[in-house]
Amino acid sequence: MSFKDMDYKPLLLVPLLALVTLPLVGSPSTWLTLTVAGLAMGMIIFIIASGLTLVFGLMDVLNFGHGVFIALGAFVATSVLGAMGDWTGSDQLWRNLVAVFPAMLVAMLVAGAVGLAFERFIVRPVYGQHLKQILITMGGMIIGEELIKVIWGPQQIPLPLPEAMKGAWLLGDAAVEKYRVFAVLVGALVFAVLFWTLTRTKLGLLIRAGVQDREMVEALGYRVRNLFIGVFVAGSALAGLGGVMWGLYQQNVIPQMGAQVNVLIFIVIIIGGLGSTGGALIGSLLVGLMANYTGFLAPKVALFSNIALMVAILLWRPQGVFPVANR
Amino acid sequence: MLNRLLSGDLPRSRILAVLLLVIFIGLAVAPFVFPGVKALNVAAKVVIFVVLVASFDLLLGYTGIVSFAHTMFFGIGAYGVAIASSKLGAGWGALALGLGAALLVSLVLSLAIGLFSLRVRAIFFAMITLAVAAAFQTLASQLSDWTGGEDGLTFKMPEWLSPSFEPFENEIFGVLVDGKIISYYLLFVLALLLVLMLLRIVNSPFGRVLQAIRENEFRAEAIGYRVVVYRTTSSVLSALFACVAGAMLAVWLRYNGPDTTLSFEIMMDCLLIVVIGGMGTIYGAVIGSVIFLVAQSYLQDLLRIGSEAAVGLPWLSALLSPDRWLLWLGLLFVLSVYYFPTGLVGRLRAAVLSHKP
Repeated sequence: MSFKDMDYKPLLLVPLLALVTLPLVGSPSTWLTLTVAGLAMGMIIFIIASGLTLVFGLMDVLNFGHGVFIALGAFVATSVLGAMGDWTGSDQLWRNLVAVFPAMLVAMLVAGAVGLAFERFIVRPVYGQHLKQILITMGGMIIGEELIKVIWGPQQIPLPLPEAMKGAWLLGDAAVEKYRVFAVLVGALVFAVLFWTLTRTKLGLLIRAGVQDREMVEALGYRVRNLFIGVFVAGSALAGLGGVMWGLYQQNVIPQMGAQVNVLIFIVIIIGGLGSTGGALIGSLLVGLMANYTGFLAPKVALFSNIALMVAILLWRPQGVFPVANR
Repeated sequence: MLNRLLSGDLPRSRILAVLLLVIFIGLAVAPFVFPGVKALNVAAKVVIFVVLVASFDLLLGYTGIVSFAHTMFFGIGAYGVAIASSKLGAGWGALALGLGAALLVSLVLSLAIGLFSLRVRAIFFAMITLAVAAAFQTLASQLSDWTGGEDGLTFKMPEWLSPSFEPFENEIFGVLVDGKIISYYLLFVLALLLVLMLLRIVNSPFGRVLQAIRENEFRAEAIGYRVVVYRTTSSVLSALFACVAGAMLAVWLRYNGPDTTLSFEIMMDCLLIVVIGGMGTIYGAVIGSVIFLVAQSYLQDLLRIGSEAAVGLPWLSALLSPDRWLLWLGLLFVLSVYYFPTGLVGRLRAAVLSHKP
């Protein structure tokens, strides 16, 4: 993740995809709407996938149960927002934000706390055993999903947007939905914080060094294990935040949403290169844009757009766009 | 004789042998001993799942590959029979054609996935298969002209296998034999043959190489076995067996839809059964399937009693609700992976070994 001698080719993929589709879509206003929607979806996916890819890069653990934290975050948000009805029902933006931010915060805290327990009881006994890891984290996923059904019930719960975030702004003839802009902003903020942490702080330096060569960092006297637990909890919390965003994006939540989004984030981190945060961002944006463009141009194809994208990228770079060293 | 039939892979535990014998006899006489539609349905499902899970065991337990696309092949087999029977009408020819086409599709697909992604690490393969399976599920529900979309396909079977067919005038052992019972025995014999074939495969020199790859891939490659070739062969074989299991399910239900054969729940069930029964044993698939399906069909009644008894404590009552039985199974699964990775069968065999001086 050194940005001095950055490999710039993958960075061009996102604008390239956006430019190629402009003549295909035809009208600039529709294109703008689709692009904003794609960026919003991509940013939400990135929030979810970033934690997963860091956990993998640092400890070589792939958490197939990551989806549980997404669903957990979304369900916690339904409870919090449901309890703050007068705040979400108001048409003043600041009042809505007062409701949405605590919901996000609580979702992140709960997901982080559950992440801590998950790491301790599910992941810790199976470090270094890939086969068991896949099985165990899948088992954790089943248990988590069932517990969510026990607490919130198995049925779909609506998660309506707060009043001020409904509707769209008109730019010329293009309609840009307010919530999508909000999602892009939140995603950009998360990315900025992550980027800053990883590149400008000692903690980030250790995390990046640990991803590159764990043994060396341990030899220098740092406890990568503790670092990793922190990253795991942060990753779970981010997944919880992403779950809130995703739930608001879909406007309803179901217990199975974790498993559904799981497939999407796996595709993203495969495209990005396992363990690479920058790659995860590019992968997320590509998947989000692709889904929205193809959804407009050829709805039937849209369902397979992300698989096709994954295959195309893997044919170009079999390790993903930013392969991480020594893995 | 028996030793030859089981390819020299005897149960190696008296309790296990008795269990297997009880299961075998129980399934062989099920239509006559356990009357009623539900019991016969459970027996048929057990027979089908034994094949499906044993084929998954070849992949997971013997080769050490985690694939989430196993139910995809199960679905291909079921859809093969379903599409052929609904397009060409009921008949043995349609059955054979459907199964043949499904086997061919499974062969090509599993070969492609294997060659494309078995060169990389286990985790990568697991993720790729997860994505492919999800895409295939979407594809099946989209091609509604062929697959009936979300509603699936209902079709007829050849006359001999349809419920209205009654070859005998009188009852046999107090049961009127009809097409349902004939098709049950067809599935039973087929499943028996397939399981014996799988036992043959895993106990062959080829099976030994698979286990070597599972234990130490690097060393197997160093000895001179081409790991990619063996892994791909293993995943193709396992796909073909799963495909036949799917066809069996379609024959039994005379219906197939995306949720019946392609759903992720079935994939999870396979994982749970293999791990709880015992990975890398084949017999684990037999024991596990029986336990799982009997639990799914009858244990829920027990949970209901518990749930009603705990009405005073709402949270306990919710935990014990019969719809939440997967929660308990998931816990059992996680505990199995930790404490007895070789599952029930492994435990039984280990107990025998520890008694020997």
